[in-house]
Amino acid sequence: MELLLQQLMAGLATGAIYAAMALAVVMIYQAIDHLNFAQGEMAMFSTFLAWQMIQWGQPYWVAFIGAVVLSFLGGIAIERVLFKPIRNAPILSQLVAFIALYGILNSSAGEIWDFTIKTFPTPFGSAPLFGQNLISTHQAGMIGVTLAMLVLLYFFFRGSRLGLAMRAAAANPDSARLVGIRVGWMLALGWGMSAAVGAVAGMLIAPVVFLEPNMMLGVLLYGFAGAVLGGLSSPGGAVAGGFAVGVIENLAGTFIPYVGRELKLTIALVLIVAVLMVRPSGVFGRAVVSRV
Amino acid sequence: MMLEVSGLRAFYGQNQALHGLDFALAEGSIVTLLGANGAGKTTTLRALCGMVRMSGEIRFDGKPIAGRATEDIVRLGIAHVPEARGTFVRMTVEENLRLGAMTRRDRGAIAADLDQVYAEFPRLRERRQQQAGTLSGGEQQMLAVGRALMLRPRLMLLDEPSFGLAPLVVEELFENLRRLNRERHVGMLIVEQNAALALDLAEHAYLLETGRIVMAGPAQEIGKDEGVRRSYLGY
Repeated sequence: MELLLQQLMAGLATGAIYAAMALAVVMIYQAIDHLNFAQGEMAMFSTFLAWQMIQWGQPYWVAFIGAVVLSFLGGIAIERVLFKPIRNAPILSQLVAFIALYGILNSSAGEIWDFTIKTFPTPFGSAPLFGQNLISTHQAGMIGVTLAMLVLLYFFFRGSRLGLAMRAAAANPDSARLVGIRVGWMLALGWGMSAAVGAVAGMLIAPVVFLEPNMMLGVLLYGFAGAVLGGLSSPGGAVAGGFAVGVIENLAGTFIPYVGRELKLTIALVLIVAVLMVRPSGVFGRAVVSRV
Repeated sequence: MMLEVSGLRAFYGQNQALHGLDFALAEGSIVTLLGANGAGKTTTLRALCGMVRMSGEIRFDGKPIAGRATEDIVRLGIAHVPEARGTFVRMTVEENLRLGAMTRRDRGAIAADLDQVYAEFPRLRERRQQQAGTLSGGEQQMLAVGRALMLRPRLMLLDEPSFGLAPLVVEELFENLRRLNRERHVGMLIVEQNAALALDLAEHAYLLETGRIVMAGPAQEIGKDEGVRRSYLGY
């Protein structure tokens, strides 16, 4: 029982990492109807920006906010420069552009900051939370920030005019233009916001996995798994999916003898395939209902 | 004239779909474009909204609008109700209507207009929280008209509003359109396959054939023309 509880809490803690990433994945999916394969590298790059600012002597929160703002602007710039010209290109061309962006960010981070592992500070400290040894203050903080971002995004997309316009532009660009929405800018805004969410995720993750150009490789995979599990159309579902992936990964690693540590990553891939077979729109995703 | 069009040409890739149309619409009047499938009626509406490659001159209130972006043309008060109705299927009915008012800033008036749309189409009020994709064809058509009204348009471009609807629903819809035109002086350019219905509603009519206007005149006279009757009215 003690072991189960421990593994559950540890699963939730790692799940928070995946949930934060899944949230960024869903953000961009809502805006452009594609997955962004460079999402993890964008988050990694943002985290390096924060790290650099801290190296230059800025306090943590200045660096944090600076990185979020820069990432927001950077996301918009990526859309304007790289993806706007190829918006009407076939899906495969866009996919190649995503992969190119992945490579560009990964190697330039390596070039600028090299590939050695760096530590990244946490504002929450890493003492055990309330004196127990199930979960640390950083892990608790990570869970809290992820949930707070989710709530903010929920109110933004459900409650605000801009959020409604962004959803409309993503769902049906032609119709959105016909009600006067500037679709191009909505996409750019979606990129900016998803880059900002990714930056927050990266900065939360970095203290756990250490900062280096390849830090997001596994995380993004789990983030995708979480997003697919919960449903790409549902930010809440994606966060729940991220937590679920973390818990399942930990429990399977501990209690299923064959899995162990080596096959843990495989679990994410098996989950993606399994969910897509049974429920293509995800556990919490909304299938499109339409009458003709 | 609210809308003046001259020498309108439109292209799909290498194919020219419109070969120089000239037509006009007076403030608050109803004009219909008739013609067989493929005559270029839908293309004409799409060209007016900057949704296809085109050349020629389009003036709205005397100002040239040809070549401007769709969203900018919409902001002038031109609401296009597209052929497939353009429903945002995954959003609720109310969200669809609110999207229609996206270019406006006057919160209070938007709320009042929402109420008015619900008053005109009570069925939409009943289904306000329902996913719009689950509405019947007729309800979606009403939603499309309601969404266009939320813009407070001065001109509505209606593409086959009767398409796929039961006769009774069509009658109700056209009665609504007539009333909107009378009470709010919304100008309307209507594309229809159902020529009898359109001629009854419109003041002026143009007949299109393979991208050219072959006949123009008051709707009543066009309706009496022997050739038109035989080809488009079926009696």
